[in-house]
Amino acid sequence: MPPILEVHDLVKTYGETLAVKGLCFSIAEGEIFGLLGPNGAGKTTTLSILSTLFPPTSGDAIIGGFSVVKQADQVRRLIGIVPQEIALYEDLSARENLVFWGQMYGLAGKELRQRVNAVLAQTGLQEKAHHRVRTLSGGMKRRLNIGVGLLHRPRMLFMDEPTVGIDPQSRRAILDTVKELNRQGMTILYTTHYMEEAQELAHRVGIIDHGELIALGTQAELVRQVGELQTLRLQFEEDQSVGALAEPFTRLPGVVRVKAEDHSLALLGESAEKMLPPAVQLCGEVGLRLRTVQIQEPNLEALFLHLTGRALRD
Amino acid sequence: MKKTLLLAIKDLKLAFRDRAAILLMLAAPFLLTLGLGLITGRLSAPSGASSGLRDIPVLLVNQDDGELGQALVEVFQSDTLAELLEPRLVTDVAAARQAVDEDRVAGLVLIPAGFSHSVFTPGARVLQIELYASPSRPTSAGIVEAILEEFLTRVEEGRITGMTATLSMLESGWLLPAEAETVGRSMGRELAAREEAGETPLNLVVKGTAAAEPQSFDVMAYMAPGMALLFLMFTATYGGRTFLAERRQHTLQRLLTTPTTVAQVFGGKMLGTFLTGVLQLGILIGASSLLFNLKWGDFVGVVALILCASFAATGWGLLITAFARTPGQVASIGSALMLTFGILGGSFINLEMLPPFVQILSRLTPNAWGLDGFTILALGGTLADLGRVLTALLGMGAVLFAVSVGLFARNRNLVQ
Repeated sequence: MPPILEVHDLVKTYGETLAVKGLCFSIAEGEIFGLLGPNGAGKTTTLSILSTLFPPTSGDAIIGGFSVVKQADQVRRLIGIVPQEIALYEDLSARENLVFWGQMYGLAGKELRQRVNAVLAQTGLQEKAHHRVRTLSGGMKRRLNIGVGLLHRPRMLFMDEPTVGIDPQSRRAILDTVKELNRQGMTILYTTHYMEEAQELAHRVGIIDHGELIALGTQAELVRQVGELQTLRLQFEEDQSVGALAEPFTRLPGVVRVKAEDHSLALLGESAEKMLPPAVQLCGEVGLRLRTVQIQEPNLEALFLHLTGRALRD
Repeated sequence: MKKTLLLAIKDLKLAFRDRAAILLMLAAPFLLTLGLGLITGRLSAPSGASSGLRDIPVLLVNQDDGELGQALVEVFQSDTLAELLEPRLVTDVAAARQAVDEDRVAGLVLIPAGFSHSVFTPGARVLQIELYASPSRPTSAGIVEAILEEFLTRVEEGRITGMTATLSMLESGWLLPAEAETVGRSMGRELAAREEAGETPLNLVVKGTAAAEPQSFDVMAYMAPGMALLFLMFTATYGGRTFLAERRQHTLQRLLTTPTTVAQVFGGKMLGTFLTGVLQLGILIGASSLLFNLKWGDFVGVVALILCASFAATGWGLLITAFARTPGQVASIGSALMLTFGILGGSFINLEMLPPFVQILSRLTPNAWGLDGFTILALGGTLADLGRVLTALLGMGAVLFAVSVGLFARNRNLVQ
């Protein structure tokens, strides 16, 4: 498939701060591309530039043949945006919001009515159409937020962490919607810091950290970069903080890297089975009470840990 | 233009769905007007004659040796107007003019020599009574003018009645030509006597563009626009707040990723604020007309004044928005400005009671100009009399708009 989006050496600075450092990637038509990275990695800034909200400091991106720098208006007609925040008018009803945003996308008359009804059906909000957004649940608002981005049938949809702060049921519904939209032929750029979402949805994944693309490829390609490393995750009782006690674990045989979180340790090494007995013994010696032990096969989380020494949730 | 209008309509809808905003835009000015009405007795008195002004200093120079000059002096010195006016009979015209120029008195009424004779003599050119008024006291000057016009209207009516009667008597031979002036004067005296006896009590009336029904100057006609203009400033800053709130709730960012230009978004927000202000004033004026039986005056003039006052207030709202970074800042600055403008602009205290430098400062506020305009209309003026007021408001709005757009342009990116 030909690329619908090509990003060329995209740079964005805020004063002295380099928020995006020379990003280069492309997305094929019909693909779901996951941009994975921790909070503050530069995902939203990248998406804001691609959605023409503000220009890059240098570089460019071409969407459907149009430059985001020089042909912003044409680009805006091709793309739909689902921002991370609920960007809706709380004192307008669900339908009024859709009508207003449809008008902003240039829809009118019969077409507008049809699209509003279709989106209400697609998001399952027909019964809430006349309710003010203020009165809707968080999940409903999220669905409506997505619906606004679909009104004008965009060729490409940008979704910026659309599942942040919602319940598991609504999250599942959103992930299913993303898959369905992609089945209908829509190209989707999906940013997230949840590894599971990227793994479930994305055909290809770009991992971004500190404004830099540190890995790019299919999930299989990326996981191969970790090699055969496995993750041994040790979960401790909640009254125990492990930060200060992590250092001795780095000296255990077979351990390549250790990541301490609030009440858990992630040990990256060639064999979880070999790391397990000395790790358990050490826990006893330093006074850590184990609650659960988990062995994880190589995944994107492990890759991120391998590449940055930090967890995605950091 | 269509998108600008759609954005404005959306804002209008949101403003009138915001209970807190409605409270401040409509309920507060209405209740304050009502409260002040009760305090001043406007709502309990059978006819409101108090303007809230007292002891308006006015100089009278009577150079006429006839009955009418004396009658007019007596009107100004009558018990009916004792609380309202502080008339002083003087003879030195130059000194009197100087007193007006120095703003020591609200006006000078100069009754020229031979005024009565000119009225009573058929065919003679009627001499003009001159009102030399202080421009810094438009309300007081308006009241004095209203009294004068009422008097002159009655004189004119009496003159026509007298002339008709005298001519009829001459034609029918009941009266000799030599006796005509004496009879005319006698009728004049009778009219004046009736006036004095209070058979037709004098109202503070302006005849006003041949209106069939004379209009009384009403304290509510001063208070209601004062409060409406005060809270119009709230609406203007409310518009600014919604602009920054859109940025905070990310709808502004979303708008700017649709095929909508910055100019359309900007224009829509401003139009929304302007229309909200227009609707606010329209509702307040309409409601006070119905509930308080308040006469706002010439309809076209009122509409023009509403539009221009809203435009000027929107300009101030825009300027605050250009300086502020958060909706909270707009609210704080806006509230301070609203109260300052309320005081400076005469919404709380009649401007004429404030020191001269405050009166000069007041010209920076839409409140002062708006109040001038509404006072002119309440005293019977029309759109034609609002030229200075409307020009000032439009000019103020245009300058503020230009400055604000310049400030926004300097911080070109609205969302970063």
